[in-house]
Amino acid sequence: MRFQQLMHVRRLASAAATTLMRRPTTGTTATTTMFPVTSHIATTVRTMAGSGAPIPELTQITDNVQRGNYATLTDKDVAHFEQLLGKNHVLTEDLEGYNICFLKRIRGNSKLVLKPANTAEVAAVLQYCNERRLAVVPQGGNTGLVGGSVPICDEIVLSLARLNKVISVDEVTGIAVVEAGCILENFDQKARDVGLTVPLDLGAKASCHIGGNVSTNAGGVRVVRYGNLHGSVLGVEAVLATGQVLDLMSNFKKDNTGYHMKHLFIGSEGTLGVVTKLSMLCPHSSRAVNVAFIGLNSFDDVLKTFVSAKRNLGEILSSCELIDERALNTALQQFKFLNSPISGYPFYMLIETSGSNGDHDEEKINQFIGDGMERGEIQDGTVTGDPGKVQEIWKIREMVPLGLIEKSFCFKYDISLPLRDFYNIVDVMRERCGPYATVVCGYGHLGDSNLHLNVSCEEFNDEIYKRVEPFVYEYTSKLKGSISAEHGIGFLKKDYLHYSKDPVAIGYMREMKRLLDPNGILNPYKVLN
Amino acid sequence: MARVLVGVKRVIDYAVKVRVKPDKTGVVTQGVKHSMNPFDEIAVEEAVKLKEKKLATEVIAVSVGPTQSQEVIRTALAMGADRGVHVEIPAAEYELLQPIHVSKILAKLALDEKADLVILGKQAIDDDANQTAQMTAAVLDWPQGTFCNKIEKTDAGLTITREIDGGLETIKTKTPAVLSADLRLNTPRYATLPNIMKAKKKPLKKVTAKDLGVDTSPRIEVVSVEDPPVRQAGATVADVDALVAKLKEGGHI
Repeated sequence: MRFQQLMHVRRLASAAATTLMRRPTTGTTATTTMFPVTSHIATTVRTMAGSGAPIPELTQITDNVQRGNYATLTDKDVAHFEQLLGKNHVLTEDLEGYNICFLKRIRGNSKLVLKPANTAEVAAVLQYCNERRLAVVPQGGNTGLVGGSVPICDEIVLSLARLNKVISVDEVTGIAVVEAGCILENFDQKARDVGLTVPLDLGAKASCHIGGNVSTNAGGVRVVRYGNLHGSVLGVEAVLATGQVLDLMSNFKKDNTGYHMKHLFIGSEGTLGVVTKLSMLCPHSSRAVNVAFIGLNSFDDVLKTFVSAKRNLGEILSSCELIDERALNTALQQFKFLNSPISGYPFYMLIETSGSNGDHDEEKINQFIGDGMERGEIQDGTVTGDPGKVQEIWKIREMVPLGLIEKSFCFKYDISLPLRDFYNIVDVMRERCGPYATVVCGYGHLGDSNLHLNVSCEEFNDEIYKRVEPFVYEYTSKLKGSISAEHGIGFLKKDYLHYSKDPVAIGYMREMKRLLDPNGILNPYKVLN
Repeated sequence: MARVLVGVKRVIDYAVKVRVKPDKTGVVTQGVKHSMNPFDEIAVEEAVKLKEKKLATEVIAVSVGPTQSQEVIRTALAMGADRGVHVEIPAAEYELLQPIHVSKILAKLALDEKADLVILGKQAIDDDANQTAQMTAAVLDWPQGTFCNKIEKTDAGLTITREIDGGLETIKTKTPAVLSADLRLNTPRYATLPNIMKAKKKPLKKVTAKDLGVDTSPRIEVVSVEDPPVRQAGATVADVDALVAKLKEGGHI
């Protein structure tokens, strides 16, 4: 991956002498657009991380987006922000990393990135933008997968990166107060220093911000144990589009005073307010973590094993993930440093237990595996409690989604389906796409009925696109599933919201948006059409 | 090359953060996750590979330490070793056990078990001593191939590629020999379920250092164990003149 980054940067650097902008001959074929590389090649390398896919065209053009009735940025505006935040925290150059989404599907055309230091500065920025009618995109770690955290047109990017402090972690109550821009991994480290852990874990943890996680109600690999953020977030401080600071902070689990408005900001993807601070209930970190990575022959065996896990591992079960053969093989092919314990099975499961007593947990998990093998459901695998090996096995699961985007274009779907029908869609899609797809596979949070369906192809093309969408959404809708289990709606799934929510509900969502953001400046072109 | 003796040491897992005890007598081991020394895993893997290539007939895993050392022997058995030997050392004595003791123990076992090859990890990640393989070879008066990157059997003995500062060195040795495994020798396999089950039934012999005629009384005394000094923050200077001034100020020039 590092070698690819270097090759990519070398290509860009050689084009720096002449500024080229190649226009596509047809609207849908992705082409490499070379844009001027200035002095900060290091920044470019960092932002190229994760995918060998080419830089996309401006989404405003490719998707024919009608720009909203917003003001255009002027020098006077920039000067005002410079006065407000200081010149160092107002960026007008090298904005590629802020303008392009993690999957390299969406590219905005923002000319300005603002980096406020605290809630007061965020409020001042939004108040000004609201008065001037300037559109704003709140941005955290920019690891979202539905284009919800990048500009679509020329919205100003409001980066929360400088609000990165963990304000307090109370080891007695388990309550942590943290600023929105704190990187999840750093937050978890601070919690672990006092024996606690953040009840949220996902592959992007080294880059994503807790504020972004909360704004998107991120799920991750431990929902089966800790539930989702609506339960663990106790309080939220958010700045509204008008610049008003809405203080819904709480240091208590129980607070039934009036409408529970904090939930409005959990999952509304930055369209109702900008989360600047939150308080969260953190469970104790487990002394004993065991991981089993097992191979199975059929999805039926997977389901039986899952039920057995819930029954026999019960309170210590902390994660139950599924990876199918093609997903695993792609990751192993792309990343040679990965070492899988087993191979050659159509299905793999990663089962994790977390408890307070190592011997007790080891006995439980060994019994569970032994029984599963005796019944012929579990074919092979490994079990370990060694922290080093636990990390290595988790790395396999974490690299699976990255392996699929490494050298290909990938349609990613994040759907909730009834558990019994969970995997059928993968086989159905594989047949449907035929030779147009390179890899069709599924992996995901079996424990939460949440499948990540991936259809990879070498380059985006219409043949695949029309076979995949809206079929996937129709299929999901028929089973009353969710067309976006945890990734959210963002920009990419706006047109499909109606597959999972009825018009009355969507109508009231619009009303709420109008109420809290009358000028519609917060994260426009997202979530609602 | 019929029998291979592999040494495995139980150490604090490499992914665990090591903390110094408040009384500075050592590091905290109570309640801390331990596992097989990573270089020893590589040694076991190499031995098992030799058996799979039919260049060895038996792999014996040996560990020198307190009762819990049996855990790493079981891991070695789950990776494919045939039987284990646990040389039990009382916990108090184990604190001060040194490579000089271990090498004498391994040498005696190598002779008793009629080993043709002794493979060890190049160093343990807790003491970073990098002495046991060398000392064992010396006690046995056998040739040694340390920091092995590649081990090949030839009619005359072994051709070994070693990792050295300048690059790679190739040496030829006869057997019996003592080898130490370096990082790139191989990628150790995970112990898989059927093998983990089988390992429980493989023989594990217990002996004491006295049985082997080795004196394990301490030869050193630990004076204190401390954290390394906290790295001081650097300072940036605007130009060379400022740099020179700062260096003069600090008495460095």
